[in-house]
Amino acid sequence: MSGTFIGMPKFQTAAKEALGNSQQRRNLQHATHTIREKRARVVEELDDWEGLRQAGADIKDNVLSHLDTYLVQLEESLTRAGATVHWAGDAAEANEIVTSLVRATGADEVVKVKSMATQEIGLNEALEEAGIAAWETDLAELIVQLGHDRPSHILVPAIHRNRAEIREIFLREMGHVGTPPPAGLTSEPRELAEAARVHLREKFLRAKVAISGANFAIAETGTLVVVESEGNGRMCLTLPETLISVVGIEKVLPRLEDLEVFMQLLPRSSTGERMNPYTSTWTGITPGDGPQQVHVVLLDNGRTDALADTVGRQALRCIRCSACLNVCPVYERVGGHAYGSVYPGPIGAILNPQLRGTTSEVDQSLPYASSLCGACGDVCPVKIEIPDLLVHLRTRVVDEHRGGMPSGEEIAMKGAAWMFSDHRRWEKAQKGAELGGRMFRKKDTIGRLPGPLSAWSDARDAPVPPAESFRTWWKREKEGQ
Amino acid sequence: MRVALFATCFNDSMWPETPKAVVTILERLGVTVEFPLEQTCCGQMFTNTGYAREALPLVERFADVFGEYDAVVAPSGSCVGSVRHQHATVASGCDRPALADRARTTAGKVFELSELLVDVLGVTDVGATFPHRVTYHPTCHSLRMLRVADKPLRLLREVRGIDLVDLPSAEECCGFGGTFAMKNSDTSVAMGSDKAHHVRETRAEVLVAGDNSCLAHVGGLLTRQRSGVRVMHLAEVLASTERDFAVDNELGDPPAATTTQHTDTEATT
Ligand code: SF4
Repeated sequence: MSGTFIGMPKFQTAAKEALGNSQQRRNLQHATHTIREKRARVVEELDDWEGLRQAGADIKDNVLSHLDTYLVQLEESLTRAGATVHWAGDAAEANEIVTSLVRATGADEVVKVKSMATQEIGLNEALEEAGIAAWETDLAELIVQLGHDRPSHILVPAIHRNRAEIREIFLREMGHVGTPPPAGLTSEPRELAEAARVHLREKFLRAKVAISGANFAIAETGTLVVVESEGNGRMCLTLPETLISVVGIEKVLPRLEDLEVFMQLLPRSSTGERMNPYTSTWTGITPGDGPQQVHVVLLDNGRTDALADTVGRQALRCIRCSACLNVCPVYERVGGHAYGSVYPGPIGAILNPQLRGTTSEVDQSLPYASSLCGACGDVCPVKIEIPDLLVHLRTRVVDEHRGGMPSGEEIAMKGAAWMFSDHRRWEKAQKGAELGGRMFRKKDTIGRLPGPLSAWSDARDAPVPPAESFRTWWKREKEGQ
Repeated sequence: MRVALFATCFNDSMWPETPKAVVTILERLGVTVEFPLEQTCCGQMFTNTGYAREALPLVERFADVFGEYDAVVAPSGSCVGSVRHQHATVASGCDRPALADRARTTAGKVFELSELLVDVLGVTDVGATFPHRVTYHPTCHSLRMLRVADKPLRLLREVRGIDLVDLPSAEECCGFGGTFAMKNSDTSVAMGSDKAHHVRETRAEVLVAGDNSCLAHVGGLLTRQRSGVRVMHLAEVLASTERDFAVDNELGDPPAATTTQHTDTEATT
């Protein structure tokens, strides 16, 4: 039902188009700044924020370096609690498992808890192909789904939409797939939420199967945890007979006590709240209460590739809070779609090329989708050094290209490095620049540059080289040469 | 104490007034500064674009040239950031652990201008005069990589005659980002336009920062807009003295307020 990211152009091309969308620019600027400021306020309240971040990073690092042990422990705990564990190596395998589990129940529809993992594997599309309707129940996901749109934010997938646009989507689309909104619907948030509530209620009460992800999976007890704001997730997790959860293997935490750290880090970083309204936990099956068929699909889909890179693996600490998106000056201007993935923004720029590899145009361009300003690294609750990882992945992209036909950039870089590797060569090059500087003597700036340099001068004047370099001046003034 | 100046390749060839200003300030404070001619480039552009192997010889060269000094000063937050934060990583990434150690030791003695002045020399008043309305942009690498915090502002506040105004959303990136400015020029310009807008909001005559590359980007936008705002490196403001404004004085130019403030400040020092 919703659009997919397959075949996206490289970031630069998609970004250029997005920059021209003034309504989206306005929506994003307003939303990101609002959350950014809320986050800053609630983080400032905690004296030990830095300690919490370090604890979060340490717990995750420990998990990542003993992932095999914790996963086996998780499987044992889940099985003991009555859940059935499935292992999925990639997206296709996970989709197949979930599809056949739903088919076995005889249901032709499922309700969904907001989940990044199922978005990542394109589960809705796979279910649709199998004739199973998947209803998103998170308000923002619902807006995206009804609008045949793609998510543009981890936490607020419809962040690029404003109230007036949402009203239009509801009026146009809701009636086709269930209870329509009232005819006189306005763009008042309360009315919009009420229309969604009535629309979703029908689906909750009818559903036999629910599909979720999980924010955390506790190895010791086999407990899964979903953190949310609306309570719609809670409806899905408790009403249907069958519950299928798709969980990335990096979501495992050793003990229940570890939640103490993450339940402080996550809500503050994501919605800027001290505590989120709904936290659901379930441990396998409780007879007579809630779903009586509980399945857990543990998903790799590139995660072990990321784990193999000792530098890059810290990206797997991510708890999908989206603080790095909200603070990113690039994301704020281009929005999420340009990243060609359900993971946009700084985390998307370091995660996608690791999960999907660096063969496609878009994945090769993502590590460059940053000015390396460092704002993301400063807010990340699990201290992922995002700027360092961007540089690390740039090096990977460049190194993978070596050996073939060198690009113009590679030739230029190699030439410049050769020049800088001996100061006499550098001085000769400076003499050339001084000559140019004397030619432009009468000008303060240059308005137009040739060839690839026009990328600079299209919108910016360029500085005129001086008639004399610092080195020439120093030699004359200080060394009498 | 032997102090070396690392001019940085961009300043050396494009903005020589900036390293000259560093020499002026340090000599005024009684510090003799050396300029080792073997220096070239810190390799930041290579590292940040993914060319670590090309950066490696420059990392080695930097340690060779500057390793022997007690302190090295550079008028660029991002080049010092690269030396301090990336040189050892580049060396270890290329399997050169001994060089990584040497790079780490050298990096410990490399300071951005405001760090050298405030932390090492312990001065905030460098005897400058600059009777203009100024706003300051803290560049990302000074702010978030070096954590220079308010050191540049503490230096600027001591400048005689200056009318220093806050820049709205100062901590947001200007959009330069090295090769980002070329590879993602549309996004870079979108970010720079917002920065230029905030600069113009302050009605400052001069935008000051500690990195000429960021200034070339925002300044290039400001001149294209014919905004009448000029950009200037922090070092050049700090090097300015009364003598630089003598001509203005003859024309009876500086407003009364500026002159008063000037006298007041002198009376208290
Ligand atoms: S990378 Fe860090 S800041 Fe970004 S979503 Fe993940 S945990 Fe949050």
